[in-house]
Amino acid sequence: MAEKSELQYTAEHEWVLVDGNVATVGITDFAAGKLGDIVFVDLPKVGATVAEGKIVGEIESTKSVGELFAPVAGIVVESNDAVADSPELVNSDPFGDGWLVKIEFTELPSMLSLDEYTALTGE
Amino acid sequence: MPNPFISGTFADRHIGTDDAAQASMLAAVGYDSLESLVDAAVPPAIHQTPIVNSTIPAPASEREALAELRALAGANKIRRSMIGLGYYDTITPAVIKRNVLENPSWYTAYTPYQPEISQGRLEALLNFQTMVADLAGMTTTNASMLDEGTAAVEGMLLARRAARVESPVFIVDADTFPQTKALLANRAEALGIELVEIDLATLGANPELPECFGALIQYPGATGRVWDSSEVIAAVKAHGGLAVVAADLLALTILKSPGELGADVAVGTTQRFGVPMGFGGPHAGYMSVRKGLERQLPGRLVGVSQDAAGDPAYRLSLQAREQHIRREKATSNICTAQVLLAVMASMYAVYHGPQGLKRIAQRIHHDTAKFAARLTAAGYTVENETFFDTLSVTKKGQAQAIAAKALESDILLYVVDADTVRLSFDEVSTQPYGGMLAAQENDLAEAFGLEGGFFSYSPDDTTIPKDLNRTSEYLTHPVFNTHRSETSMMRYLKYLADKDYALDRGMIPLGSCTMKLNAATEMEAVSWPEFAGIHPFAPAEDVSGYLVMISHLESWLTEVTGYDTASLQPNAGSQGELAGLLAIRGYHRANGNPERTICLIPSSAHGTNAASAMLAGMRVVVVACDDLGNVDLDDLRAKIAEHASEIAALMITYPSTHGVYEHEVREITQAVHDAGGQVYVDGANLNALLGYARFGDFGGDVSHLNLHKTFCIPHGGGGPGVGPVVAKAHLAKFLPGHPMAQSQHHPAFDMQTGAAGPYVHAGGAVSAAPYGSPSILPITWAYVRMMGSAGLKAATGAAVLSANYIAVRLREHFPVLYAGDNGLVAHECILDLRPLKEATGIDNNDVAKRLIDYGFHAPTMSFPVSGTLMVEPTESEDLAELDRFIDAMIAIKEEADAVAAGTWPADDNPLINAPHTAHSVIAGDWDHSYSREQAVYPLSSLVSGKYWPPVRRVDNAYGDRNLVCSCPPIEAFAH
Repeated sequence: MAEKSELQYTAEHEWVLVDGNVATVGITDFAAGKLGDIVFVDLPKVGATVAEGKIVGEIESTKSVGELFAPVAGIVVESNDAVADSPELVNSDPFGDGWLVKIEFTELPSMLSLDEYTALTGE
Repeated sequence: MPNPFISGTFADRHIGTDDAAQASMLAAVGYDSLESLVDAAVPPAIHQTPIVNSTIPAPASEREALAELRALAGANKIRRSMIGLGYYDTITPAVIKRNVLENPSWYTAYTPYQPEISQGRLEALLNFQTMVADLAGMTTTNASMLDEGTAAVEGMLLARRAARVESPVFIVDADTFPQTKALLANRAEALGIELVEIDLATLGANPELPECFGALIQYPGATGRVWDSSEVIAAVKAHGGLAVVAADLLALTILKSPGELGADVAVGTTQRFGVPMGFGGPHAGYMSVRKGLERQLPGRLVGVSQDAAGDPAYRLSLQAREQHIRREKATSNICTAQVLLAVMASMYAVYHGPQGLKRIAQRIHHDTAKFAARLTAAGYTVENETFFDTLSVTKKGQAQAIAAKALESDILLYVVDADTVRLSFDEVSTQPYGGMLAAQENDLAEAFGLEGGFFSYSPDDTTIPKDLNRTSEYLTHPVFNTHRSETSMMRYLKYLADKDYALDRGMIPLGSCTMKLNAATEMEAVSWPEFAGIHPFAPAEDVSGYLVMISHLESWLTEVTGYDTASLQPNAGSQGELAGLLAIRGYHRANGNPERTICLIPSSAHGTNAASAMLAGMRVVVVACDDLGNVDLDDLRAKIAEHASEIAALMITYPSTHGVYEHEVREITQAVHDAGGQVYVDGANLNALLGYARFGDFGGDVSHLNLHKTFCIPHGGGGPGVGPVVAKAHLAKFLPGHPMAQSQHHPAFDMQTGAAGPYVHAGGAVSAAPYGSPSILPITWAYVRMMGSAGLKAATGAAVLSANYIAVRLREHFPVLYAGDNGLVAHECILDLRPLKEATGIDNNDVAKRLIDYGFHAPTMSFPVSGTLMVEPTESEDLAELDRFIDAMIAIKEEADAVAAGTWPADDNPLINAPHTAHSVIAGDWDHSYSREQAVYPLSSLVSGKYWPPVRRVDNAYGDRNLVCSCPPIEAFAH
């Protein structure tokens, strides 16, 4: 699990860990808490081309549905199968084992820092 | 102050609060009369003017109303229907009729959103799902659909979203029921789906099909034909499409299942499993899917989870799929199921078991085969060489004559064309020990001019292709193999009913649901044979009683809402919404404005509104609400300006979903009309308005009503419903028509003159039957007939008084969100529990579950505002019950305060551990921080007549993560 301060964030409550030209994407603990008990995640297939800001998946809890947006444009190089089998990982370890997809990108858009994101959620 | 209008009448029994009670409640609220209270709450600009020449007669007594219903019933003619087409006569086992259909423990329950107090009907629905999945050879079945036609539509929509191909084409087998074709055509048009009709059975081996996202195959076909569709199904799937099979469940006891043929989806009806035809409904449709498509199922789905003690417990699964969560992103607008009818159908299978069902099917098939042999011997041609129960018989130019002759003996045949009649055999035409009823056989023989004499037939003869004989097992679960004696059956039904909390136990104060009295007199006529035993496509002259009753209702409903015409066809509120929006769509297109497709919907609207708009081919634009919960007029004007000539409609609920009479409603409707849009007023909250204001008077063009809310049709544990659509004259011709309707006119009979009414509904069909679910319309008819206009108005006043009384009494304990003119609410109030959670950690879910320990069904949770409870007492509850509820809420607040004060730990207190079963307070050592008495008898009044929940708090996440939607093995229940 990465330090929260090393991550970048989006207004859609996603975090992004950049390693070379691959971005690992998950949702924040704030988003997981708001959704409640997550029971299903629908993730894009490996090899899929995704456009920045577009919906690429769904995260469903017992009471609501959250959409997964691609924070960067690129190609999906890995989808977290463990989360597909055990969606509760997104609740128990949102910044670690609960990661969702890895996207290979060529260009990185500007995102929020931890401080900026924290200011956004007001927590 | 005496009630001015009545004394000792039905209205006095329907309305729970008497004069003395109302006087003390009015004093608490601060008004001196009911009239002054409602006048202060309802904005003056919309007060209705007195109605002259009302069509609603002065109230009848219960005896008088029943006598008039007897007269109406007498005007219907019961004949032996052999029309078929998805509706077959059936024998309702008396033990099911008496213990389910006529038992308020089943019919007055609500949708099982609170699983802990709904385990009985959840188990019955799980039986239903297991029964259908077994027979259809599928994996997962939902908790029922509205009817076969809408199930077929939902099958088409499911195929489109799950298919791997982008094609807009959906193939419909030519041998499909005509009403199903009509529904598919109507719904496909609005969504840009192209229907292609093909006679699939004639394609032969290696069938060539156009590219399509799916296909519907009727099995057996409408002609009666039984054919092996596995190659066609394989061809559909080879394209990446999905195969939907509309199958007759009784036939599937002897025919290979759709699943074994390779189908992805099976749809149909369970009507012939002991549910009377009822001139079209209500019945439970079904939809069942193969593994991998569970999440695509529309509607409600019962699943197995576990409770806080780790014991198996049932609940509604995957609720996040539903339209109230997904709104305009929803894939279906279906909310209501047909629970009461699904319970009856499942119990028919429990009663007969697999062998019994198979015997019934075999007897029917043998009768059919025997009669086919007679016909053939006499020179007739049976068009379909294969069949289960239906024969299409041709003789040049003779069809009308044969049908006329049969009619003389009170037998109804279906005339297909000049040369062809069709007849379907059923459970009622056969004898209990085999062989067709002699009288019916003789009458039929006479109609076809058959002589006595020799013909070749052996009971072993069957036309069913060898490959289609069913060899796989079904209904092997013990529940379908245990209750063979009537004693056992009766006790099983009682065992299940005892687990549930329905109106026969206490108040169900669910906001927006209007859980009012379903009076016994209103229910009486539902099972009378003259209403129950009528085929939906019976000739008009056989159904005069029904058409008169429906005419009365159309006249009454339009009068009380300020509209011109009504259609009773929609089987649920959601279908009424769809019909109303499709009418608006038709209107704009007819006026040369096809670009008007934007539907404005306030953010406070029920999610179904948005889902219905999408399915009517519209795009949703959300209008903001202000801090008071009202439509933000500035935002509305901005959205209108932005979309100008594209505005199709505004959908608004009145009073609002916040339970408030919006002051500005006339300005809102005017702004939409000025922009060329139509105004749809959602009638979900009509119980706050009846007699005081009318939708049509303040700008509504079209509305749907919920007869299962305002007009006393019971909720049935989650269906049936009736969602009539009412409209102004300019929309009349776009309201739902039907290819088999007995009358094109609405009303069929004008109440004053008796002549055909002035309006013709020529839009597409939204239900399988022309008048939807007529057999439950006597309930609403009796209610209006016994209340009269003054009684209806008094009921509204009493409902508004009760809601305001609760708001006033509870305000110091829980903030009441939103109020309208003079600080008053309408017929419901929203209690804000977010401050309680902030202060004590106890949330609205804990309070809802603790209410069970206090003997109450929880109010509506987190709608329309998250973290709140919405309370709607209705006019039917008396003051003692209202006070009991208020006392319970105050006591629970004190318990929460005790948690905050540290008296009880945050992780072990009576609230978070609620509800408490008997077992949980008896078994083992008691090591909680509070006493056993505090757990289950927190108020001394509970000691006599306590409701005991059968399970502890149900784990929602467990059930969704481990989806099981059929009966668990008995071993799962071993402690």
